[in-house]
Amino acid sequence: MSAPHSEAAHTHAHGAHGTHGSGESHGTMGSYLIGFGLSVVLTAIPFALVMMGSLDRQTTALLVLGAALVQIVVHMVYFLHMNTRSEGGWTMMALVFTVVVVLITLGGSLWVMHHLNANMMPTPEQMSAMP
Amino acid sequence: MTATTPAHQPANPASFYMIEEDHHPEGSTAFGFWMYLMSDCLIFAVLFATFGVLSTAYAAGPTPKELFDLPLVALNTAMLLFSSITYGFAMLAMEKDRIRQTQIWLAITGLFGAAFIGIELYEFSHLIHEGATPQTSAFLSAFFTLVGTHGLHVTFGLIWLVVLMVQVGKHGLIEANRRRLMCLSMFWHFLDVVWIGVFTFVYLLGVL
Repeated sequence: MSAPHSEAAHTHAHGAHGTHGSGESHGTMGSYLIGFGLSVVLTAIPFALVMMGSLDRQTTALLVLGAALVQIVVHMVYFLHMNTRSEGGWTMMALVFTVVVVLITLGGSLWVMHHLNANMMPTPEQMSAMP
Repeated sequence: MTATTPAHQPANPASFYMIEEDHHPEGSTAFGFWMYLMSDCLIFAVLFATFGVLSTAYAAGPTPKELFDLPLVALNTAMLLFSSITYGFAMLAMEKDRIRQTQIWLAITGLFGAAFIGIELYEFSHLIHEGATPQTSAFLSAFFTLVGTHGLHVTFGLIWLVVLMVQVGKHGLIEANRRRLMCLSMFWHFLDVVWIGVFTFVYLLGVL
């Protein structure tokens, strides 16, 4: 008995979904303003860190990368309205797949090419700079 | 009873897929456009990887520290961020069926987008004037390709935006126009996400 019931609830949920126009939520004024505020802060922090240069290089680089990652998530949630429910989760699946491919492409390229560079014969300028 | 629940029988895959199709008559455009954005994301991933590999190949040419003007990049970032929130306001106005308000917010978004492109073109012309052309070094080739591709996307977004303003003016906020505005909304916010990567990896980490 439970199976037809859940089926009916599912259809009903989609019916309500369909009346919403194109079927996606567009957020509210509040969510847009929260996303904007967070983005401003997460943009100002890395720019200030690099322009003032008060911290050492590695710490600054890590903080800048961290701020970028958090801001990308903020944009995804508040501006692109990502969630695990839209299209029955397939939107999220496509995103996860893309993120994995992007990480492999970026990480793999940098890793492999760094090793190639490291194993290259040094140029005369580099030779003279060596101790 | 069995006829109403074929989806729960994995033994019958044909009807399983049929029912999945029937469930998405409205949202399929959004999902299809999302797939396009994800494939566009892969284009940018390849360009970022290329830039990452070549970012120190200066070929005795100018380095990022000598070239990049961070206050200008910050201004550019602000323009794109403002255009993102104003597009959001356009979508909210669209939800309330206010044609005039939607068009005004779209126009403001277009102005911020045009300012972004203007500043970027000024930066490019300034670099080329200083002799930092794409032919100078592998670093500059990768820089102009990556940032230029993003700029081209924004330019086409602007053309799309103007077309939609005309469409909304002519036909009002009909179902088709709502769908188009939603697709451009995703495109526009996606470009802002890509710009986060650009200003972080290219400008901030380059100058560091």
